[in-house]
Amino acid sequence: MKDIALHILDIIQNSIVAKATLIEISIDEDFVNDSILVTIKDNGCGMSKKMIEKVSDPYTTSRTTRKVGLGIPLLKQNADRTGGYLSIKSELEIGTTLIASFKPSNIDCLPMGDIAGVISLTVSGNPSIDFIYNHKINGNLYTFSTIEVKKVLGDVSIGDPSISVYLKEMIQTNLEEIQIDSIGYKT
Amino acid sequence: MAKIKSLDDLRMMKESLQSKINLREKGEDPGSHVQIKVAMATCGIASGAKTVMEFMMEELEKRGIESVITQTGCMGYCFAEPTIEVKLPGKEPVVFGYVDNKKADEIIEKYIKNGELVDGIIPMNYETIE
Ligand SMILES: Nc1ncnc2c1ncn2[C@@H]1O[C@H](COP(=O)(O)OP(=O)(O)OP(=O)(O)O)[C@@H](O)[C@H]1O
Ligand code: FES
Ligand SMILES: [Mg+2]
Repeated sequence: MKDIALHILDIIQNSIVAKATLIEISIDEDFVNDSILVTIKDNGCGMSKKMIEKVSDPYTTSRTTRKVGLGIPLLKQNADRTGGYLSIKSELEIGTTLIASFKPSNIDCLPMGDIAGVISLTVSGNPSIDFIYNHKINGNLYTFSTIEVKKVLGDVSIGDPSISVYLKEMIQTNLEEIQIDSIGYKT
Repeated sequence: MAKIKSLDDLRMMKESLQSKINLREKGEDPGSHVQIKVAMATCGIASGAKTVMEFMMEELEKRGIESVITQTGCMGYCFAEPTIEVKLPGKEPVVFGYVDNKKADEIIEKYIKNGELVDGIIPMNYETIE
């Protein structure tokens, strides 16, 4: 993957396949402490202990069988490379929380990419699932929740193609604002 | 209009779109829409599925084609990613492979608008793949 946003798009698909009805995506970019934390939490079917071990290790599993995928090993590799880590907590029938940590000062750290596009596309493409997206930049937080957005939209579907572009614009405008605020904070 | 930022801005935008959306929903049942699924497994995303999905959403809206576009998981065609499935009203779904924006444009203009076949159709057998 060429950026963090595409990894997030990919990891969210795991939660969707796991039949989650609520998916929380949290991004905490803390440049003061050289840390980017990405957390994706779902209430899907969860994984057994055995499965967690299997998916985290790219060498024993993903390369040998076609049944085990590449999404998690690729993300782990990109996180580890920067001096970060990947961790998975999961419980059957409760859900899964995946955390990826990156060190942004490392030259191997991927750029954030088009996160507003990823969130709006995912929300539009999965109208029956709820998403809560928290994005913090140096302590300044923006929260986007489809639960609130659906209330505002009333009987217009969140998947309506005419809505998607405005969702993206809304997220983008807010991200730009917390970005600007965070520059003020730094100096 | 200024950029949409708050939920109130979104509410106002929705109200200004409402008449258009209402017309569309009253006039037709969902079965009469073009239904598109974009494969979003790791291999699809790595080869550009996000760009294709954005392109399809924007262009179908711009060109006034009633459509529902959703994401789906692995369709079993790693070799041909990005892949999309297109279902025209009353027809069997068709899967297209190696879809970039140029191909997507051709699919809209030829297949979706006129029902003409275009190159890149993958023979359907994925129903049997688990
Ligand atoms: N959120 C989740 N809930 C339940 N199971 C999960 C979750 N995330 C991953 N898994 C399990 O771990 C496996 C491996 O995930 P991974 O993303 O690495 O590959 P994949 O999704 O199978 O394929 P790919 O990502 O290459 O399209 C999944 O097939 C699934 O069984
Ligand atoms: S894993 Fe590539 S199409 Fe399914
Ligand atoms: Mg995956």
